[in-house]
Amino acid sequence: MTQAVLPPKPMTFGEGGTALALSALAFLSLIIAAKAYTPEYAFHAYLFCAASLVGVFAIANRYFERSAERPPLFIDGRPNYNFGPVKFATIAAVFWGIAGFTVGLIAALQLAFPELNFDLPWISFGRLRPLHTSAVIFAFGGNVLLATSLYVVQRTCRARLAGDIAPWFVVLGYNFFIVIAGTGYLLGITQSKEYAEPEWYADLWLTVVWVVYLLVFLGTLMRRTEPHIYVANWFYLAFIVTIAVLHLGNNAAIPVSVFSPKSYIVWAGVQDAMVQWWYGHNAVGFFLTAGFLAIVYYFIPKRAERPIYSYRLSIIHFWALIFLYIWAGPHHLHYTALPDWTQTLGMTFSVMLWMPSWGGMINGLMTLSGAWDKLRTDPVLRMMVVSVAFYGMATFEGPLMSIKSVNSLSHYTDWTIGHVHSGALGWVGYVSFGAIYCLVPWLWNKERLYSLKLVNWHFWISTIGIVLYISAMWVSGILQGLMWRAYTKLGFLEYSFIETVEAMHPFYLIRAAGGALFLVGALIMAWNLWRTVNDPAPKAAAVALTPAE
Amino acid sequence: MSLWTRHAIFEKNSIVLLIGVLIVISIGGIVEIAPLFYLKSTIEKVGSVRPYTPLELAGRNIYVREGCYNCHSQMIRPLRDEIERYGHYSLAAESMYDRPFQWGSKRTGPDLARVGGKYSDDWHRAHLIAPRAVVPGSIMPGYPWLATTELNFEEIAQDLKVQAALGVPYSDEMIANAKADVRTQATTDAAEADALAKRYPNAQVRDFDGDPSRITEADALIAYLQMLGTQVDFKLYDNKANIR
Repeated sequence: MTQAVLPPKPMTFGEGGTALALSALAFLSLIIAAKAYTPEYAFHAYLFCAASLVGVFAIANRYFERSAERPPLFIDGRPNYNFGPVKFATIAAVFWGIAGFTVGLIAALQLAFPELNFDLPWISFGRLRPLHTSAVIFAFGGNVLLATSLYVVQRTCRARLAGDIAPWFVVLGYNFFIVIAGTGYLLGITQSKEYAEPEWYADLWLTVVWVVYLLVFLGTLMRRTEPHIYVANWFYLAFIVTIAVLHLGNNAAIPVSVFSPKSYIVWAGVQDAMVQWWYGHNAVGFFLTAGFLAIVYYFIPKRAERPIYSYRLSIIHFWALIFLYIWAGPHHLHYTALPDWTQTLGMTFSVMLWMPSWGGMINGLMTLSGAWDKLRTDPVLRMMVVSVAFYGMATFEGPLMSIKSVNSLSHYTDWTIGHVHSGALGWVGYVSFGAIYCLVPWLWNKERLYSLKLVNWHFWISTIGIVLYISAMWVSGILQGLMWRAYTKLGFLEYSFIETVEAMHPFYLIRAAGGALFLVGALIMAWNLWRTVNDPAPKAAAVALTPAE
Repeated sequence: MSLWTRHAIFEKNSIVLLIGVLIVISIGGIVEIAPLFYLKSTIEKVGSVRPYTPLELAGRNIYVREGCYNCHSQMIRPLRDEIERYGHYSLAAESMYDRPFQWGSKRTGPDLARVGGKYSDDWHRAHLIAPRAVVPGSIMPGYPWLATTELNFEEIAQDLKVQAALGVPYSDEMIANAKADVRTQATTDAAEADALAKRYPNAQVRDFDGDPSRITEADALIAYLQMLGTQVDFKLYDNKANIR
């Protein structure tokens, strides 16, 4: 009897604990679903219940399938990297990217042709717009950040990802948050704080996921076999920590009841406005900037096969950027009821922010020193370098728009939308596409991408799309701003509001065309990646193990 | 040993790096946000601003649900053209009970901070059902379901209770009468109108959606829109009173 066929297989703490927690959550969700105030909330409770049960099943199934030993940290002296969660997040990024761009295109068309709202609650513009912003920022951008950070931290630390269940919990839990947030908007569940629309229960779930993410990231850093923490990881760490702080501060709310999706925020009026834009601007600063700068600091040197231009500039860039960014929020509230001293402080720091931003841009661009010829032959590198150029443009335009007299014209108009999209499409979009084009062949052990020619097509089609988009928004924004303040010779306002709306129509058409081209580019990318993954060509020799440092 | 080499302490210890980041990012937020809670000049005292009636609050929650803030601001800036177009610039006190605030960031449609009283209830109802029937060039979506969906105010007292816990001056009496007050305010010539007006001065009491047989979401939303920006009487408002 003692000679059992299977060696004893203890359940790990992660497996047991997660399964237990998810079972409890499933039970709790069921109770909430039964007593929910609204059917929409009951639907979400059932989703939580179903997802938890699937999680428990997956953990149990994995337990019976796996071997008794834990996966080794090193195999033949080489780190045994854990790329499963990275692969999942990469695929999710491509999927959500296309979904988010599509919703953006529909929303753009609704502004040009309001009949497209179809008088239906769940697809009216007011509900689709947050779906678009959350899908591109948090679903697409978030999965790109998860994929790249979990990849880069392993490679630059030469260590296997910390945790067993934890990394999977992070990527799956995060994507479940996206599903809850997105379906919530369509069903009318929102707290109406821009870029923080999800209600209290989604926020709580994200908090748990985010803390585990921080622990996985820190745990991997602590396992490193390299003496120094690579610069990309400083940016990733600042992104993770700061987003946690911002999320907790801006979403401090009391639910009406545990059975109600509705909550009331603890801040009110002017203080709430300040907290919101402290969050809102730093969602840009730390989610869409710091996180993606980490991508620049790893993927550009790696792809160009050149070291980072200046180590000292990296240090200045990092500390100056994270210190100054936090102050910039009040520039979203110029000439409002926010006290003047706060507005002036916000403007001052926004202008100062130009310097570290361009320092970072220079550091990224100059990394190409001695490798500029690669821009001709490598469209992936070109995409990333152009993204840094867009970063430079957007971070010049931002300080300009934060000046109060400029802002009095630009605020409330499409100029802001144009500015955001030059950053979002040109900078975040392109650096993400570049990173994904690098990652997919590395992760799936392929020699190269299926087609560089298609990357070239993606690059040019979406570049034309971006140019159409942002120039249309500049013109419409400045035009509308000037029309609002136009006076006749007799001293009356020259235009009624509706006349300024009607004047926007041609630009909304051009904008939609630009967005459509950007979406076409992304579809070309998806096809290219699909063919790369399914390429039967012989595998590349084991991935080179040199870290970028 | 230069200062540059000392940076190694951050590069060699993840916890030191983490603490460094936390300190550096805290400073700006603390300096800009904390004083807003204790500097008295942040929100000047304007006596007449009251909390929302239960019906207005329910309407506000519909405004939030439908994402109206995506296209409509509620913040008139002290610029000549805005004051002439929309009315007196917005005061901080006017949104002191707004959780969350609805200042917005984009004017795809006009500012609504002082839309109250500018149009009739009938106009609002027709406009919400089919915006282009009233304003031909409008690009606003239609919201026909508001006039056909009955308002769910079963738990409205709970909403007031939570707000009261957060510091909004809802009295026990207001909370106890919350549900009844919704019905009163949405009924033309309601018997309890005086009691409601005592609890919520200047509350407008009438059937807002043209359908006296039931209380719909349109009732609530129009009640909210019709009170926006009407709480301060600018004939009496003294903009020097709060200067110290």
